Amino acid sequence: MIRKFRDAATGLGVAGAILLPMAAWAADEKPGLDTGDTAWMLTSTALVLMMTIPGLALFYGGMVRKKNVLATVMQSFAVTCLVTVLWMAITYSLAFTSGSSVVGGMSRVFLAGMGLDSVHDLAKTIPESVFMCFQMTFAIITPALIAGAFAERMKFSAMMWFMGLWAVVVYAPIAHWVWGGGFLGDWGVLDFAGGTVVHINAGVAGLVCALVLGKRKGFGADNMAPHNLVYSVIGASLLWVGWFGFNAGSAAGASVNAGMAMAITQIAAAAAALAWMFAEWISRGKPSVLGIVSGAVAGLVAITPASGFVNPTGALAIGLIAGLICFWGATGLKHAMGYDDSLDAFGVHGLGGFAGAILTGVFTVEAIGGTGKKGLIDGNPGQVLTQLWGCLVCIAWCAVATFVILKVVDVVIGLRVTTEEEVEGLDINLHGETVH
Amino acid sequence: MVMAIFKPFKLDDVRDALTALGIQGLTVSEVRGFGRQKGQTEIYRGAEYAVSFLPKVKIEVVIDDGLVDRAVDAIRKAAGTDKIGDGKIFVHGIEQAIRIRTGESGLDAL
Repeated sequence: MIRKFRDAATGLGVAGAILLPMAAWAADEKPGLDTGDTAWMLTSTALVLMMTIPGLALFYGGMVRKKNVLATVMQSFAVTCLVTVLWMAITYSLAFTSGSSVVGGMSRVFLAGMGLDSVHDLAKTIPESVFMCFQMTFAIITPALIAGAFAERMKFSAMMWFMGLWAVVVYAPIAHWVWGGGFLGDWGVLDFAGGTVVHINAGVAGLVCALVLGKRKGFGADNMAPHNLVYSVIGASLLWVGWFGFNAGSAAGASVNAGMAMAITQIAAAAAALAWMFAEWISRGKPSVLGIVSGAVAGLVAITPASGFVNPTGALAIGLIAGLICFWGATGLKHAMGYDDSLDAFGVHGLGGFAGAILTGVFTVEAIGGTGKKGLIDGNPGQVLTQLWGCLVCIAWCAVATFVILKVVDVVIGLRVTTEEEVEGLDINLHGETVH
Repeated sequence: MVMAIFKPFKLDDVRDALTALGIQGLTVSEVRGFGRQKGQTEIYRGAEYAVSFLPKVKIEVVIDDGLVDRAVDAIRKAAGTDKIGDGKIFVHGIEQAIRIRTGESGLDAL
């Protein structure tokens, strides 16, 4: 993404020269700011926020049992608020200001010094306030995704502590490594919109949560069927639409790259949805509603890192492959290994993110990605290894740090609700409310 | 009294068949249970859940003994699909029937 921003900035210079006769009209604008870019990034920011609330809240909320619906949507909503305040206070500064190659500096703590005129180096044609908000929505959805792994059994207080610590200790540095001027960006790891930073990160943290918290009571024996899949269909659809902001917004402007990213995103989502649906139809006899929407999300996850670098054929391939891999992850691997990743945060986001990161190394073409960005099919097999290293570094830090945070929270306040509360339901016990 | 348990979507057909015999009232309950049809299996992302009890409707209709055979016949025809899970009909006696409003009893109360 960093290089993408630089390319966009160069492109703007050319456009500026062409528009020179209109300089009087643009006199009120700050130097370098572009109203078209700014408008698209304002829109993208709103779209990505919509992915978490209500998109993810409904996607997850529909998949749990009726006694835990409110607790589940509450997690998405509370994380949105918590991460926003933390982002303003410290995490934006740690992720996106210059510091070391490992973590950013403290110059934007409490957004100190961010005024009307501020512009971030990574997006010079939009106000820094918009860049900060756009990145904030990514920082919000990433921890919110983890909640799918520990649904229906975690204390709300423990969840708040875990999410807050995780946003600072895990998300901020990894965002810095890949996008904010850290070492993974310098290595040449390609992650256009957050396959590694968002999806591998959330998926791996989810797996660690599922393992540390243990299975829900009655897992494998009781009926844990989703209480209302229509919520999940609405949620997945909002995620899909919001993803145009996520991927096309990561072009950092209303550019040719944004247009192509949108096309590629749509193709991969549809291909993965069909792949999952047909795989399920063939292997289990029926094409399920939960299956097709899960497949669409898997495709969106997998295309995320690739969305600025591959062509439509590459997107089709990535979608089909990711749909099959995530189908296996959520229906085969999970049951074979016996962990209770309740809503498949790892099966869809972890595996889909990993597949997408590696396949970005395969299908990146210079014609789309820009100068010097080539994958295996464009004669640069080394990119696959670069992608693999990037993934492994993130997985290692995320897994270790997530484990430590969980253990600390467990010792101090305890992670799980009591068995009685779990059986009775989290809605009434944690929040004093029930759904319809 | 005739009590019948059958598939919910056949309720209107059964009602029509019974009213055609001149029967003036019946009681309907939504019930769940299992018989030879057993349950169904739901699958969500590979997790299979057996649905042990299927929804059925139960009707209870109290009628003159002379009408029982014709009523049973009508219910069988109206509720049947020739598939497993069509349900069952039970017939048993009633000691007394009283209409609350007038105090009439016996056949007059039906």
